[in-house]
Amino acid sequence: MLEIKDLVVSYAGLPVLQGVSLKVEKGQAVSVVGSNGAGKSTLLKAVMGRARVSSGRAVFRGQDLAGLRTEKIVRLGLVYVPEDRKLFKPLSVEENLKLGAFIVDDPAQVQGRLEYVYELFPRLAERRQQAAGSMSGGEQQMLAIGRGLMSGPKLLMLDEPSLGLAPLMVSEVFETVRRLRQEGLTVLLVEQNVREALELTDHGYILQTGRIRQEGPSSDLLRSDMVREAFLGM
Amino acid sequence: MEALFLAMFKALVAGLLMGLVFALVALGLTIIFGVMDVVNFAHGEFLMVGMYATLLTAPLLGVDPVLTLPFSALVGAGLGVLCYHGLIRHLLRGPTIAQLFGTFGLMLFLRNLALMIMGSEPMIVHQGILVGKSFVVGPGIVLGATKLAAAALSLGAFWGAWWLIDRTKTGKALTATSLDKEAAMYMGISTERVNALAWALGGASVAVAGGLLVNFWPVDPNVGLLFTMIAFATVALGGFGSIKGALVAGVLIGMIVQAPPVWDAMLRLVGSDAAEGFTIHSLKYTFVYLIYFLIMVVRPQGLFGWKQ
Repeated sequence: MLEIKDLVVSYAGLPVLQGVSLKVEKGQAVSVVGSNGAGKSTLLKAVMGRARVSSGRAVFRGQDLAGLRTEKIVRLGLVYVPEDRKLFKPLSVEENLKLGAFIVDDPAQVQGRLEYVYELFPRLAERRQQAAGSMSGGEQQMLAIGRGLMSGPKLLMLDEPSLGLAPLMVSEVFETVRRLRQEGLTVLLVEQNVREALELTDHGYILQTGRIRQEGPSSDLLRSDMVREAFLGM
Repeated sequence: MEALFLAMFKALVAGLLMGLVFALVALGLTIIFGVMDVVNFAHGEFLMVGMYATLLTAPLLGVDPVLTLPFSALVGAGLGVLCYHGLIRHLLRGPTIAQLFGTFGLMLFLRNLALMIMGSEPMIVHQGILVGKSFVVGPGIVLGATKLAAAALSLGAFWGAWWLIDRTKTGKALTATSLDKEAAMYMGISTERVNALAWALGGASVAVAGGLLVNFWPVDPNVGLLFTMIAFATVALGGFGSIKGALVAGVLIGMIVQAPPVWDAMLRLVGSDAAEGFTIHSLKYTFVYLIYFLIMVVRPQGLFGWKQ
């Protein structure tokens, strides 16, 4: 579904991604894990047309994303939930969700997805009229994911959904990702939380200083010496 | 005492009428700033273009000046989009200072273009269903039909803009872009188109205000300066990017401008000799800028501001 090939991105002359390749198949959950500054967010931003790509390419469902505007990429069914969530803070929960469905023209479809998101996150249903910025970090993350689901994505890219959340919230967010996966949604998850991310995905990539160090089925990576030593402290 | 109350009432009514037009003048400035954080120094020149558009097309088409307003709106919207695509879009790639100088240059360009084409002679609408008519609404209170219509139509235009922004999907895209441009992109919103729309809306609303003004306010190539300054004060007072703020602040500033007769009546009431030769009429705009200054010091985000 998504194929990234030899992607090179530099910021101000400094290489951030030095030839990254990865693949996400339909129905798969794939994680890209690595520590802060490894280039994980840059990778997703480059796919969304928000970072200048020096070389390499990203192809989504047969379409080369090079030179496409971000909004066009979204319309292809590739949705990005950013690390800093980027909610419309003064707007209500429901207004945020409806903006998530901006590219959907059928009101009945929007209503259906709204109900689906409220069922997925009952807490959002309780707070539908509340301003997004007034909610807790965990609730804001739920809203960010819910908003991402509103357009009915073919591939959902989650950027550090557990960042800055209380442990209870972290497991709740991961539980949601697990459920979305079971429902057949294709997910690309970028995480610092290596163990959880690998536990809930099929395939994993270890990104270190702009390069893929290791890749494979997530269960294999969890057992590999390199991951155990570098990330799991064993 | 009665004279004072009468003066106050007259000032309130006249201030409200003028204020509604000021609000419409400021609306475009606040929309453009709200959406893309660009301050348009040429805003008053857009108004001037709207004034000339009504002034020139009325006799040309043989219709009443009021009926030329849709045409003025179209001219304003076209000018806005042209300026966005021809200039502003390119300035956005540079530093903020480039936007300041860029729209400042646009102001000088439009002003001198008008000077070249229209000359420096002030002109005003002489014929029309509104011109020269007035209503007596009470003892000593006379309302000019042109001002009354300008206020009513300004309010109408304001309502139209509010409806567009608050009730339509296009308006939601505008709001989303002004809140967070990058997030709007992730929603699939074309921020490029939203920017152009903001300039079209901004240009159209200020050109309509110009078309209304020219029925009682003479136009010349330099008319824009005063209105740019008033619009800046209005937007600063109401809050940058706030539409409600522009309406409230516009009316407030209209009333401030109409305040000097109240002061005169007060002086007459106390019978003070100081009233002789001491007039504040020539200072009325000074008060507007004083408010501008004070609001910047005390509450830089304005009354209803959500942007700093």
